[in-house]
Amino acid sequence: MLVFSYLKSDYIKAQKSFFIFIFGSLTAFWMLPSVAAPAVADTMAQRVQACTACHGAQGQAGPDGYYPRIAGKPAGYLYNQLMHFRHGNRNYRLMTHMVEPLSPAYLHDMATHFANLSLPYPPPAPVSASPQALARGEQLALHGDKALRLPACAACHGKAFTGVLPFTPGLAGLPRDYLNSQLGAWQSGARRAAAPDCMADIARRLGPADVAAVSAWLASQPLPADARPMAALPEPTPLECGALKQPTAHAGGTP
Amino acid sequence: MKRLWMACLAVLVASGVWALWPSQPVAVPPTQGTASSPEQIELGRYLAVLGNCQHCHTARGQLPFSGGRAVPTPFGTVFSSNLTPSAQGLGGWSADDFYRALHHGQSRDGRWLYPAFPFNNTTHITRDDSDALFAYLQSLPPSDQARPAHQVQWPYNTQAALKVWRALYFTPGTPQVVNRSGDPATRADAEAQRGAYLVNGLGHCSACHAPRNALGGHADMLSLQGGLMPVLNWYAPSLHDPSEGGVQHWPLADTVALLQTGRNSQAVVTGPMAEVVQHSTQHWRSADLHAVASYLKALPETAGAARNRQVPTATEPASVTSASSAGARLYTRHCADCHGPQCEGQRTADGQLAYPALAGNRAVTLGRSANLIHLTMNGGYGPSTAGNPRPFGMPPYLLTLSDADMAAVLTHVRTAWGNRAEPVSELDVQRLRGAGTR
Repeated sequence: MLVFSYLKSDYIKAQKSFFIFIFGSLTAFWMLPSVAAPAVADTMAQRVQACTACHGAQGQAGPDGYYPRIAGKPAGYLYNQLMHFRHGNRNYRLMTHMVEPLSPAYLHDMATHFANLSLPYPPPAPVSASPQALARGEQLALHGDKALRLPACAACHGKAFTGVLPFTPGLAGLPRDYLNSQLGAWQSGARRAAAPDCMADIARRLGPADVAAVSAWLASQPLPADARPMAALPEPTPLECGALKQPTAHAGGTP
Repeated sequence: MKRLWMACLAVLVASGVWALWPSQPVAVPPTQGTASSPEQIELGRYLAVLGNCQHCHTARGQLPFSGGRAVPTPFGTVFSSNLTPSAQGLGGWSADDFYRALHHGQSRDGRWLYPAFPFNNTTHITRDDSDALFAYLQSLPPSDQARPAHQVQWPYNTQAALKVWRALYFTPGTPQVVNRSGDPATRADAEAQRGAYLVNGLGHCSACHAPRNALGGHADMLSLQGGLMPVLNWYAPSLHDPSEGGVQHWPLADTVALLQTGRNSQAVVTGPMAEVVQHSTQHWRSADLHAVASYLKALPETAGAARNRQVPTATEPASVTSASSAGARLYTRHCADCHGPQCEGQRTADGQLAYPALAGNRAVTLGRSANLIHLTMNGGYGPSTAGNPRPFGMPPYLLTLSDADMAAVLTHVRTAWGNRAEPVSELDVQRLRGAGTR
């Protein structure tokens, strides 16, 4: 035990002494089951550290302006996305790699863990866009565009853009690059949801300038103090959406 | 002289004719089986699990066994076949056709199959097992998904090339079970026979664990001496070498636990082997796991073991020393929370392994550093299994650590706390950026 604490306090110096260091690691190795104290916390927070490395502390949004916040999003939505990565309806190499070995039950536990977090969010990063673009973005987000048959984002994602239980994600607090790439993925078919795939239909009605405008405006909206998703929408959604009906079922096996 | 020229020409023409002559389906003995029974279908289902057939024969999100999964090779991309009973799959096939494919690596129409399909292993599958597998596949819901055309470069995409490859590297299996167990006393033992059958046949362990040359072959295609998996660049460690993946000195229970739950008292399974545990071995019957564990334990040890234990001379190059001190700082900052300040790993209160020790860990000190770099770069989870349903995970560091920092921290863990492995260079890391995951 002496050797052990000596090593712990001064392990770099210990490298110089070959004997102590061999002895130390052997001691550590042999005594592992009893000595490896303090034991690691047997919690979900500990288990999802692989997630928060990119998605920010506790899932609060990543530092590099791409990874979306996941804390406080509806559990049903988060679970569906994890399953979409497993089944190729969403494609991001690292995410697929992360979720592929995990069972649906475990993924559901992870989704619930992040959904139950209620965290304060920092103000959004400044967005560079012209006042005209921001005005157009606001128009699309709050009112839509009848001529293009575009419903307002708020009509489904909630008037404060915090999402709606159980399957609709919030849009506030997301990085602009993430919003742009998701709209692009909906347009190209790289991101898909259960049919009828309302979000793909909407994204395909948006031109490049409208995508840039709406992402700029949304990314500059702060999350309200109460960032929890709404329990229900005041009115029915303007489009029929397969993603809102039930947890996504997949006929296919997991390859 | 003229005669010599004529002889050379004759040999050339003869080889050309041999290589280019269309191949007829090899004759196989007709099946003795009658109509398939529920028992036979159930046996076939289990055999398909033993062989992990579904993993390669299903594309992401598609119907099981409907094929179309891309298998990258150094010669191009091969797509797996649809095995469901449809016109695009094995709809018109007989049990004899299926046995021909497993045993000879030949399609129903006489076309030679690409060795991405491990027919060097499936050739050892017995006729009864082949018939059961076929009965199971025929019982599946059909999928009309057509296999995408292979994208293999010339000349590797020709039947002549496949013929040459087969002549070099393929021998059809015999009813005699291949048994390389080192202990002659166990050769006749039914369990050892079963272990040999599973390792060399259905389990197709050598498909990854055999070394491969530039043609994707090896003199002994059932070798388990360790090989670098092409394109993916994961190293499948030697199962003969206790300093790599050999389990000669492990208690049987540890090998069984690793295959069944993805972890044992000291180790967690990672990389492509984690996929094998996830889709195949965690579902094996206990007797089969024991048979394989005993067989692997009895594999003769090879001398290669010394390679990874080389102790560097006392005067290490200055660059290594300075990298190590930078590495030690990075280790404390990024790794020590989970792997412990002395690389000793961490357990949960019930004594189960959460994060493996890095000191004395052979996955860390392996001669080839590719696996360690993949793990650090991409992080990831072990498989969810009944025995370990909620495994702990490792964050990816590809965004956090530069190539130089990753090389430094990996050099540190490979050379500190009693570990004595070669340092990792920045170039080693750079080469593997963006590789290693599917």
